[in-house]
Amino acid sequence: MLSHIALLPVLLPLIGAPACAILRRPVFAWGFASSVAALAFLSAAILLKLTFEHGVIHYSLGGWAAPWGIEYRVDLLNALVLLLVSGIATTVLVASRTSVWHDIAENRRGLFYVACLLCLAGMLGIAATGDAFNLFVFLEISSLSTYALVACGRDRRALLAAFNYLVMGTIGATFILIGIGFVYMLTGTLNMTDLAQRLPGLGESRTVFAAYAFIVVGVCLKLALFPLHLWLPGAYTHAPAIVTAFLAATSTKVALYVLIRFSFSVFHLESSRLALSLEAVFITLGIVAVFAGSLVAIFADNLKRGLAWSSIAQVGYMTIGIGIGTAAGLQASLIHLFNHALMKGTLFLALAAIAIQVGGNEFSKLRGIGRRMPWSCAAFTVAGISLIGIPGTAGFVSKWYLVTAALAGEQWFLVLLIVAGSLLTAVYIWRFVEIAWLDSAPEKATGGDGEAPSVLLAATLMLALANIYFGFDTRLQVSASGGAAAALLGEAAQ
Amino acid sequence: MELLVNIVLLILLVATAGALVVVRGLLASTMLTSVYGLLCASFFVTMDAVDVAFTEAAVGAGVSPLLLLLTVAAIGRGEPRPVGALPVLAIVLVPVTAALLIIGTLDMPPFGSPDAPAHTHVAPRYLQLSGEEIGIPNVVTSVLASYRAFDTLGEVLVIFTAGVAVLLILATPGQRGSARPRYVPDNHRDPHTILQIVSRILIPFILLFALYVQFHGEYGPGGGFQAGVIFASAIILYGLLYGLPTVCRVVRPAVVEWLSAVGVLIFGITGVFAMLSGRPFLDYSVFADDPVTAQHIGILVVELGVGITVASVITVIYYAFANQFETAES
Amino acid sequence: MDVLSYFNYWAVVVLMMLGFFIVIARANLVKKLIGLNIFQTSVFILYISAGKVIGGSAPILSDDVTLYSNPLPHVLILTAIVVGIATTSVGLALVIRIHAAYGSVNQNDILKQDQQC
Repeated sequence: MLSHIALLPVLLPLIGAPACAILRRPVFAWGFASSVAALAFLSAAILLKLTFEHGVIHYSLGGWAAPWGIEYRVDLLNALVLLLVSGIATTVLVASRTSVWHDIAENRRGLFYVACLLCLAGMLGIAATGDAFNLFVFLEISSLSTYALVACGRDRRALLAAFNYLVMGTIGATFILIGIGFVYMLTGTLNMTDLAQRLPGLGESRTVFAAYAFIVVGVCLKLALFPLHLWLPGAYTHAPAIVTAFLAATSTKVALYVLIRFSFSVFHLESSRLALSLEAVFITLGIVAVFAGSLVAIFADNLKRGLAWSSIAQVGYMTIGIGIGTAAGLQASLIHLFNHALMKGTLFLALAAIAIQVGGNEFSKLRGIGRRMPWSCAAFTVAGISLIGIPGTAGFVSKWYLVTAALAGEQWFLVLLIVAGSLLTAVYIWRFVEIAWLDSAPEKATGGDGEAPSVLLAATLMLALANIYFGFDTRLQVSASGGAAAALLGEAAQ
Repeated sequence: MELLVNIVLLILLVATAGALVVVRGLLASTMLTSVYGLLCASFFVTMDAVDVAFTEAAVGAGVSPLLLLLTVAAIGRGEPRPVGALPVLAIVLVPVTAALLIIGTLDMPPFGSPDAPAHTHVAPRYLQLSGEEIGIPNVVTSVLASYRAFDTLGEVLVIFTAGVAVLLILATPGQRGSARPRYVPDNHRDPHTILQIVSRILIPFILLFALYVQFHGEYGPGGGFQAGVIFASAIILYGLLYGLPTVCRVVRPAVVEWLSAVGVLIFGITGVFAMLSGRPFLDYSVFADDPVTAQHIGILVVELGVGITVASVITVIYYAFANQFETAES
Repeated sequence: MDVLSYFNYWAVVVLMMLGFFIVIARANLVKKLIGLNIFQTSVFILYISAGKVIGGSAPILSDDVTLYSNPLPHVLILTAIVVGIATTSVGLALVIRIHAAYGSVNQNDILKQDQQC
């Protein structure tokens, strides 16, 4: 089976989803979906190990060689994203049971897990494929299932949020389709490697420029890069707690991967004449996103909404890394992609636990929650500290590499802004700490009290510990992202 | 002449789209959408894209207006509203996008030129070698079901996802699955006697045609997707004329939901078969010693999976929508 | 002939913009989906136009034909049509639920109701 390892992370949830639909009992669906995700995670781990050892792994689907057939081409970057997405999915799905039973009506639970597997298959398919059109198809699989996942809870406001997400997501996907169509018309191929070889020969074509512009705008809609973020706060705030944890830690990461893949491997952003102005655009939008997102997060009266805005800010850091334009900047961006998934996964899982106990995430309901749910709140605090970027956590590693990359480019102003952004993060994390730990609990506690259900709590704590672990042992994310960044820029130099 | 038809059709399309901007009633908009789909399908015929035209006729002029109608029936037509504030956002965004698109068209190869890169790089192999490698005349089917079969598996998964998503969104409290009509059809509604008799004669022929399209896709336009839509349309026609409870007794919702997953599994397991023999996923060469026969078998099975999933998902979606309508009515 | 050789692409641009306008400017959710549908379909026309070879015929192999149109865009658009109908059906399902929850399918009304509570 080792020769099929490049396909396995995608194939398992892809076949697992219809198989899961045949299971009638929701409990079975939960167990089945979790095991499928775990197997996908396992194969992604083996895949990453193999790419470290042997370099790029090719897999021709249907036995037809590229560019006539569809090819999976997995390098360090693909493998890292595959590992991250499948890992988060496994954790969230295993932890999901109590929260899903709490948030979602009985007759929806079985299908809920089918949709989760479809969403996972879609995201992993995007991260593994080497074919531009195949990427579009899997993008739609993940998008369609996401819309349903956002809308399937009990909060009616989620419906309009899902609808808006559907409209904007479809516009984004159609933009990507236009871009792919343009490059196909110019080169006659859909294979990314083949495109990368043929596009430079076209010189400064206006159609290539338009194609890149459409793809970037389309992907940035999915990425929720300011000002294309409008769908995100509503969708994250009103979706069922587990769905938010799953999406916040994975879907924007996959979108960022697509942005990087198209910018550096297909279009060679750094060698084109437009590079300078585009880099300025990414840095500017990134900075605006960091400040706008953090400021709204500070004033939000619902913690879940605050964290949704914080995600918009964090995407800003990642695009700043891309905008710096050097291998170091790109590496910082990828490290933050990895670490941010750990942070937001922990934060939203902790929120899911809290929501089960107190019935919501409004700050008014969280007073003194730290004493009633010490472990969940401790996990939240640890991930919050990581989000700020305090030494000893994964978040510090992200900020360190980002600041170093900015310093190497002598962009002093940027360093200042990154540090200022961290201070803003500290403000809204502090707000939680103050309310949860320092305020006394209300006289009559609403809802049940006590800790979160054990499985959910264990998963949350595990992710929180991962935030600390990857703050000390940085080998995995640093070496993988370093190799990936070098390959992205090296490929282009050829 | 060909060019003239092309231009006329495009102008008609623009006119229909323009009408859709102006018209405010939902029923009128639905009808215009159907017209738009039909015009699109005709346009695709003039562009030699017969398979696409077939699909667009079934989807754009058939399924999509049908779903719109069911929705309008469930939510009510609504009254046309007075024009609100000036849509500033639209007035800014639309021209910017248009400008970008026009910039994009400037360096494009001219329309219809045989020397365009799209016609000289990957595609020629399909036209020149698919006859020997796959051995079926319809090149679109060869590419769809063999060269790019993984995309098609993705496509089947998309339609399966749509079914799952619709069920997940529309599941009514305490009811599992797409539809469980709780009451027998009442008599106060007009029984449509003539239509019922005509359709009773028509439905067997529709089903037969669906099977023809399913198995003839290798030789002419058609294939699993189109056949699936036609098959579902026969069920829907029956449902529209005899009521949801009757059609649900004949074609049980639970069975259809089950079949929608089975179709995807047929496709997927066909691919896994190759892996077990050490070949890449979806490599059909394991099915027979003769490569062309092997391709034939592979394509036949895979198209069957597509047909089953498409037919059942469209039926499921119809059930879920019609169920909402009937619940709203009662 | 120069204008004619780009006529298809410019018609696509017009269609796309009409669809895009409906999506953004109309508050009725069903109308938005119809606009989205036009928007997507215009891209299908772009692809299929790009696949046309003047003088070619449909890509079904036959002994008396020498020039065929390009089959690859046809395959891609078959997939894209399926994606389109899938999106439409999910969108309409959401509309039905929104109507059941709010009694309206007008975006402005719904936002107003959410602000009140």
